[in-house]
Amino acid sequence: MVERIVRAPSQYWMLIMMWVRSSMAYPASFVLMLFSSMVLTVMDFVAIVLMFSHITSFGGFSLAEMALLYATASITLGIADLFTGSIERVGERIRTGTFDAYLIRPVPAFLQTAADGFALRRIGRPLQALVVMVFAFSRLDVDWTVARGIMLVVSIAAGTVIFGAIFVLGAAFQFVSVDSAELANSFTYGGQTLTQYPLAVFGKEIVRAVTFVVPLAFVNYYPVLYLLGKPAPLGLPSWIGLLSPLVAVVMVALASLAWRAGLRRYRSTGS
Amino acid sequence: MPVIELADVSRAFTVTSRSGLRRTRREVRAVDGMTFSVEPGEVMGYIGPNGAGKSTTIKMLTGILVPSGGSIRVAGVDPSRHRLKLARRIGVVFGQRTTLWWDLPLKDSFAVLQKMYDVPLARHRENLATFVELLDLRDLLDVPVRQLSLGQRMRGDIAAALLHDPEIVYLDEPTIGLDVISKARLREFLAQVNAERRTTIILTTHDLDDIEALCTRVMVIDHGHQIFDGTLDGLKSSQSAPRTLVVDLAASLPAIEVAGATVVKVDGPRQHLTFPTSTSAAPLLAQIAANYPLVDLSVSEPTIESVITQLYNSA
Repeated sequence: MVERIVRAPSQYWMLIMMWVRSSMAYPASFVLMLFSSMVLTVMDFVAIVLMFSHITSFGGFSLAEMALLYATASITLGIADLFTGSIERVGERIRTGTFDAYLIRPVPAFLQTAADGFALRRIGRPLQALVVMVFAFSRLDVDWTVARGIMLVVSIAAGTVIFGAIFVLGAAFQFVSVDSAELANSFTYGGQTLTQYPLAVFGKEIVRAVTFVVPLAFVNYYPVLYLLGKPAPLGLPSWIGLLSPLVAVVMVALASLAWRAGLRRYRSTGS
Repeated sequence: MPVIELADVSRAFTVTSRSGLRRTRREVRAVDGMTFSVEPGEVMGYIGPNGAGKSTTIKMLTGILVPSGGSIRVAGVDPSRHRLKLARRIGVVFGQRTTLWWDLPLKDSFAVLQKMYDVPLARHRENLATFVELLDLRDLLDVPVRQLSLGQRMRGDIAAALLHDPEIVYLDEPTIGLDVISKARLREFLAQVNAERRTTIILTTHDLDDIEALCTRVMVIDHGHQIFDGTLDGLKSSQSAPRTLVVDLAASLPAIEVAGATVVKVDGPRQHLTFPTSTSAAPLLAQIAANYPLVDLSVSEPTIESVITQLYNSA
């Protein structure tokens, strides 16, 4: 088990590099795809900017603050999508029987499924989000300390892990229902759309749901509230924004259990 | 010491069928009470009709499927508990679908496998050179797998399964859909691998020529049960499929009378007779030559198809 975990990063790296090399065989096409991925994903932010030509504040957030929310939502989902997004293809592989090919290799099926068809062009989303983040911080008056800096980086990492865990949970569910890929998408890609807005505008029920059921609020909303010195909704303490890493750990544990259960089910039912 | 050992292995599946609103679940035993062992270097043909449990057995031997009863040891380990460890020591080819990366050129797939299995680079190059030569892969190395023809893809898959020097290779219908020449070349290659590397080969097939060309041992299964285990000759003689004697006479005659053989067909001057495998053809010929105007003759052995058909029917 320990050996398996120690070897995982290099095995994963080896698998994704194979796909990177193959996509680099056509560099012009790669650059074009990367560029179009950036343009497509930045449209969400363009919509927010257009919205702010009519309003000055949305749910208590200024344009620069909205830019920070958008950027953190998009970076976290973008990186999670880059590294684990392919796992949603597991249902198709189960249906066509090609999942067996992963189980005869000496590398964990999880790594092979996550790395399957690794598409470096997906880095377009986090890249454009990074540009938006630079814009946000240039307009925001954050009192930067080392601690705040670390908190921002750790929160982004935790948010990425939370989205990644949701991708894996969705994939694990496909062992039970092979056609359920869209269900997970509504929490990941849908979750990103949700978390780029101040969640309080959606009402208390939604805030409760994304705090206690599917903890999307911890991806970026609570950390950003904390960073901007804004109060948390539902009367929650403002330090809730510091709990993202903890939530990430819980989500990874759940995702790992779910994946294992799914794989066990597959290997004992043969379908 | 056996390299594969199965003791009372069974595998049940739950099948849900619906008629109207009622759903019924029923348990199907795909493999039931299978016990056998395979020695290193053996080439075993594993045959049976569709749904007999062949692929289920292969999946259990690779560790993909967990058996519902009994115990399995392959290369000294329990496949389902040490699947990743075992994976380094076995090679698997699923004839129906590739284990290679669909979008990658063949040579990239091979390069990934070298890293995945930690094959020393020198050894990898040596193996690759051998397989490229023997399987005639040189012109295919830069072609993405999805663009390969079935026969080309199969050659690629087989090379991929052998690159890490596995002790055991499972081939699930490796010649399915191949033309006659491709089949012959593949068999020749497998025979060579077995002879030179002492690789144990388990082969499931519907093509009995594969068995005839390669296998030192045949196991026939049906409905998850073993119904025969032995040599090909043993299989032939286990069933009383008759041999056939065809005689051409100088003239069209009514059915001739020969002790120990029966005429089954009269076709002008040509008559077809059958006689048991245990009987020698010589005395029959002497008899016919003495009593009738014999011009020409031929003796044919029972086809393995007829033997196996008989076996399935009697089981």
